[in-house]
Amino acid sequence: MDLKDKLLTSHIAFEDNLKADSPLYDLRSNALKVFEEKGFPSKKEENWKYTSLNSLLKKDYCISPKGDTDIEFKNVKQYFLHNVDTYKVVFIDGVYSSYLSETTHDGIDVCLLSSAFDKSKYRPVIESYFNKAAKKEGLTQLNTAFTKEGAFIHIPKNKEADKPIEIIYFSTGNEATLFVQPRNLIIADENAHVQIIERHQSLSSNAVLTNAVTEIFADKRAMVDYYKIQNDTPEASLVDSTYIKQERESICSVHTFSFGGKITRNNLQFTQEGEYCDSILNGVTIIGDKQHVDHNTLVHHIAENCESHQDYKGIFDDSSTGVFNGKVYVEKEAQKLDAFQQNNNILISDKATINAKPQLEIFADDVKCSHGCTIGQMDSDALFYMRSRGIGEKEAKALLMYAFANNVLESVKIPELKSRINKLIAEKIGVSLGFEL
Amino acid sequence: MLQIKNVHASVEDKVILNGINLEVKAGEVHAIMGPNGAGKSTLASVISGKEEYEMTDGEIILDNEDITELDPEERAHKGVFMSFQYPISIPGVSTTNFIKTAINETRKSKGLEDMPASEMLKMIKEKAELLDIDRKFLSRSLNEGFSGGEKKRNEIFQMAMLEPKLAILDETDSGLDIDALKIVANGVNKLKSNDNAVVVITHYQRLLDYIVPDFVHVLMDGKIVKSGTKELAYELEEKGYDWIKEELVK
Repeated sequence: MDLKDKLLTSHIAFEDNLKADSPLYDLRSNALKVFEEKGFPSKKEENWKYTSLNSLLKKDYCISPKGDTDIEFKNVKQYFLHNVDTYKVVFIDGVYSSYLSETTHDGIDVCLLSSAFDKSKYRPVIESYFNKAAKKEGLTQLNTAFTKEGAFIHIPKNKEADKPIEIIYFSTGNEATLFVQPRNLIIADENAHVQIIERHQSLSSNAVLTNAVTEIFADKRAMVDYYKIQNDTPEASLVDSTYIKQERESICSVHTFSFGGKITRNNLQFTQEGEYCDSILNGVTIIGDKQHVDHNTLVHHIAENCESHQDYKGIFDDSSTGVFNGKVYVEKEAQKLDAFQQNNNILISDKATINAKPQLEIFADDVKCSHGCTIGQMDSDALFYMRSRGIGEKEAKALLMYAFANNVLESVKIPELKSRINKLIAEKIGVSLGFEL
Repeated sequence: MLQIKNVHASVEDKVILNGINLEVKAGEVHAIMGPNGAGKSTLASVISGKEEYEMTDGEIILDNEDITELDPEERAHKGVFMSFQYPISIPGVSTTNFIKTAINETRKSKGLEDMPASEMLKMIKEKAELLDIDRKFLSRSLNEGFSGGEKKRNEIFQMAMLEPKLAILDETDSGLDIDALKIVANGVNKLKSNDNAVVVITHYQRLLDYIVPDFVHVLMDGKIVKSGTKELAYELEEKGYDWIKEELVK
């Protein structure tokens, strides 16, 4: 039985374990129908031309892990931010870990999606937002059909999350192959502010496939900063779909740091529904071996006077492959737009590949849209310049790569996170420098 | 200090240096002049160890040690410095961080610890003052968006920080107005001592009014065809290079 059939047949059992009166019953069965019809994406689809999930889908996954495992904090401490207080919503093999988490209902809600589903006071919120931004794509609706757990964050009007929120999904490797489908729902009401860091982390070398979906709603003047750290083990793969809806004057940023994993696919879609929105999409990818990272972005401009800024940098070594497929779609009504898209890549090895496909579709006539894409090797003049000052070749290359990624780091607003990412980059490149950018 | 013996070099099979001989002693200033395309910048790059230039024959000796086969960074560690004609900009790395890295890498090569931060700061302050550089300027990305003059001043600032034995100034005067030229030359003169040496590569005599050479060499078609004292520079300024060519034909 292939994975699709296995999932379809197991859905009844999945529903049985949930509360019968769940408001999501219809939603789930409709979503399952979408998945049944569309199935897993294949390379025949334009959006999946350069990323094949075939090798992953052949595996016999455990789809309902027991999750009665506990892990010691000292063993996973390294995956949390240090020296800065945070809220934490932590899951182990898809199951909430109260021991590792620090949630709150004090003025803001930082808790579990399952508890939001179950409590009647959250019902109006769930009904207005859940699955409303998510698109009718096969994998996304598969996630909806099996939605059980994830992080629920609700920042009410004029409130500010007093500290960053970490959402971490650990997989223990107790199952030889594991398929998990976490789901996050983030709502920032009018003029609310929140910063979120998300991470999927495997704790063993066993295979994990994560099909994650995150929906983010930013109401009028809300500010949401979302950071994704993807530095997983060599057998861990991730399809991450993040959908963001923005109302007028809201500012949303998503930073994606892709340093690890086997196959990583990021679907990132912004929809700007009100005027004067600003969307920021930044990414740094540094991979080697046979790793694969695919960034598929869409910014959908519907309203006037908005802005979007995309800046993706990639460094590819060994036989790694990268994809950047970024689309900016400008509706006829979205006049006076300023959209910027930049994608720069360095190929360190002759065997590394990058497929870059920037796309602009513009139906308005008074807009400023620019895009640029470069693919190159290390600048030999710059290397010589640095070496002539006494900086060794390896360090010079590292410094160039650091510098290359720097623009993207500059916009990270949590200093502790910035220095963590800095260290990760140094680690990836294999050197230590006496300073941080 | 520096001996260049019968150096031949080519790039992509095109012969550019055709048997250069030059000796520079500690405490001396040498000027190398010549028309465009004579091989002046190639000579500077070959001394610094740029790999694109293939040295087909000859030797480069620094303090009695053959450095012909050394990497650029190894030559730098031994005290070779080149001020670039076209300094490279490195977005994302500040001048301060760049020079810190360069100094500490050089110290590391000698088995020394990193320079203490307070000492580094003091040195940066001193050298920046010497070259009339605003310290805010040093926190900007290296050479990015700098004017031609700012880039050259930054090169000499790096030279001041690295305290090389042998400094090669490749067309440091190009792109400088007279005030900037004076500041740069003044900086070079203050750094000059009996233990180090300077090779000034230039097209024009003007810079040599401020950095006064002990010897002037004329480079043409990949060879040093004439050597003399600073008076030779005035003669070249006045008469151009053609008369040397004619002299050679005779």
